[in-house]
Amino acid sequence: MRTAHELTVENDGIADTLTLTRGISRAEVIREICVHLEPYQAGEKPITGETVIAKDLTIDSLAIMDMVMELEDRFDVSIPMSVIAEIHTVDQLADTIRDLRAHS
Amino acid sequence: MGLFDRHAGLLEAYRDVRTTGYDPFQIRMERVLSPTKAIINGRETLLVGTNNYFGLTFDPSCMEAAIEAIRAEGTGTTGSRIANGSYSEHVALEREIAEFYGKKHCMVFTTGYQANLGVISTLAGPDDFLLIDADSHASIYDACKMTQAEVVRFKHNDPASLEARLRRLGDKPGNRVVVLEGIYSMLGDSAPLREFVDVCKKYGAYVLIDEAHSLGALGEHGRGLCEKAGVLDDCHFIVGTFSKTLGAIGGYCVSDDPDFDILRVTVRAYMFTASLPPSIVASVRQALRVVKARPELRTQLWNNVATLYDGLKAQGFTLGPEHGPVVGVHLPDRMTAIGFWRAMLDAGIYVNVAVPPATPNGVSLLRCSLCAVHTKEQLDHMVEVMTGIGRQFGVLPDKQLRAAGAR
Repeated sequence: MRTAHELTVENDGIADTLTLTRGISRAEVIREICVHLEPYQAGEKPITGETVIAKDLTIDSLAIMDMVMELEDRFDVSIPMSVIAEIHTVDQLADTIRDLRAHS
Repeated sequence: MGLFDRHAGLLEAYRDVRTTGYDPFQIRMERVLSPTKAIINGRETLLVGTNNYFGLTFDPSCMEAAIEAIRAEGTGTTGSRIANGSYSEHVALEREIAEFYGKKHCMVFTTGYQANLGVISTLAGPDDFLLIDADSHASIYDACKMTQAEVVRFKHNDPASLEARLRRLGDKPGNRVVVLEGIYSMLGDSAPLREFVDVCKKYGAYVLIDEAHSLGALGEHGRGLCEKAGVLDDCHFIVGTFSKTLGAIGGYCVSDDPDFDILRVTVRAYMFTASLPPSIVASVRQALRVVKARPELRTQLWNNVATLYDGLKAQGFTLGPEHGPVVGVHLPDRMTAIGFWRAMLDAGIYVNVAVPPATPNGVSLLRCSLCAVHTKEQLDHMVEVMTGIGRQFGVLPDKQLRAAGAR
């Protein structure tokens, strides 16, 4: 199984043509994740793709799991707990969601 | 980096908790007097946080049974069922629990934690799927860390959320095992079991239900939520504990599956731990007889639930969503919860305090558990005490303001 890490794609445009299944752009997924993470923003530092969710924000592990359930339903995918444990950054979460959508 | 550095956040939270003067995680009962009374900090204290739902810890018949068993067979088994053999009482207890549920098989474990840990982690294999409620007990989460199956969480008590996740699995091969609890231990709410069972049937999923807090409390015969909801036959695996209503310690799992006994040589939490001592087995067998013979204890328990829940509700407290043997009282934050808890202890009432990360959605709670042998007077008094503390802490509106209708 491919992991989120291997999926990091340099160019958004190429990524979209590669995995357009159930068409959703990477930017759209990241935007949705950021909406969920905004309440946990620490200081003025903006949330970006490189934000390490558990470290750079004030969110605890349980709240992360609950956010993941919301994202699962928004994008109609299920992310196994073992996969969640491997996700660190916003980018990785977005790529995992898009990968699961592409393969479902 | 030191071994304990990664716990820095938790250490800080723990330090906060202890600034109140008492440490709720190291409370000492200097002497336990009865199911509802103990000496704590030198004073007689009302116990409303013991999960002792029927008050059987001091039932004379259960105590006698335990004492007789010690005289007859000694203090402990000093070994596991697999390596060192079963006592005939272990086998008798398993038969009696299976009969209680009308199921063919039963396995008894040394604790309820081990029953969940062992059964859940072993039932689902590498290509299977475990679907668990988001608010599951720690023993279920720990089982998920040990399993080779793929684990997915669904929203608490939400059959539609479970259905979405079963649907997404599509036609992937592999068994689906859905894990539910009869009564959730923090807020005392019950699963919408019938709806869950319908979803599971539609997708061909196995149902495992943990009746730890509902054994004795729910159902015409006290079998739990599976009996109350009329779906006993649709629950493939029922797990429970001896440490609450039955007043001792231990766990069990019952099932009709013809190959169930294979778990005896595959579940490591069963194989590699010492079996229950004779005294525990004897008191549990007697407690099960009491549960069957005295349904009035269930009625008393629910009367007490109504007294406390309705009393607190009428005063304006925010509670768990429904009547349950556990009554969870919401408080705005961790420090208020700890301060409130301490004020109650000073007033001679012991409950549990539950704060993040042990609670769902990061809530801070006072967790009260009722006992069939609490008196109405004791509980009315408790409501009064909590109302007074609630006003002091600003958790409840001031009396005059309330009377004037200004909230």
